[in-house]
Amino acid sequence: MSLGLFYALVGGGLFALGLAGLILQPRLLGKILAFNILGSGAFLVLVGLAQRGGTPDPVPQAMVLTGIVVAVAATALALALTRRLADLSGAAVLPEDDARAPANPRGPDGD
Amino acid sequence: MNRWASVAVALLCAVLALALAWAMWDLPPAPVALPAQVAGSLAISGVEHPVTAVLLNFRGYDTLLEVGVLLIALLGMLAAGATPERMTALPPDPVLEGLARLLAPLMVLVAGYLLWAGAFRPGGAFQAAAVLAAAGVLLRLAGPVTAWTRPGRVLRLALAAGFVVFLAVAVLGLAQGAMLEYPRAWAGSLILAVEAGLTVSLGLTLAGLFLAGPEIPRGGPRT
Repeated sequence: MSLGLFYALVGGGLFALGLAGLILQPRLLGKILAFNILGSGAFLVLVGLAQRGGTPDPVPQAMVLTGIVVAVAATALALALTRRLADLSGAAVLPEDDARAPANPRGPDGD
Repeated sequence: MNRWASVAVALLCAVLALALAWAMWDLPPAPVALPAQVAGSLAISGVEHPVTAVLLNFRGYDTLLEVGVLLIALLGMLAAGATPERMTALPPDPVLEGLARLLAPLMVLVAGYLLWAGAFRPGGAFQAAAVLAAAGVLLRLAGPVTAWTRPGRVLRLALAAGFVVFLAVAVLGLAQGAMLEYPRAWAGSLILAVEAGLTVSLGLTLAGLFLAGPEIPRGGPRT
């Protein structure tokens, strides 16, 4: 197994982990963090798969460089919208998740 | 979500991870050798580093759109509006402020070097912009720079400059036959001009993602 393939496999694991977090985390801040882990996994897959042969491929590296900057900007926008929502509604959870969001931050679903 | 549903989601995601791993393990090598193609065309790209050549020449379209996305993200943040500050008051710290004032010019120098180095070694507009943005965040946390509640005209122009310069260069290429197609002789200079504009605008935009917000209240009178 080449180092590139190892990176790609780790990236696949991070992607699945992030997806689980995105669904299971009741609070928006957790969802945003999970989404970033999911995105990092996708970047790792892109870069890792392209250098399975041993030589780094500049095309996916440039695409991932672009992607990282977009991810930072999207995260900042998501945080701003979350803060706005928290100011307006008093809680950083989506309305349809209100029923299952635990009142205390370390509730049974907070894992 | 009840416990069984959570367990089911976790199991499905584990299955997805295994399926992804299996697919990647069995994936045949790429049928097109992109590194060889990039290396073959590097001589006509205007720069000597493959990643910069891909970013600003071969796949310039992605980069152009990305800069647009960044600008839209910052506009969205500003449009979301200022919210009440919850941060606890920071006491004024003359040492931190002095250090930030000392470091900021050095960071601008490093950004300039990274911009210049991008033509032939790892570096370029994005790395330079990240250093500039870090300087902005540092100055904000240490005190000398205040938050942007309402960016002024100069700041707004500087934010848009990178995208506008890039777009102008891209449209200039239409005279050559295709958008974003640089004239051979001018490719190096045009890429440097675009990168310089991008460094300023991206640095300000990335810093703005942190700076656009309410003022951090200070614990006492500023010295």
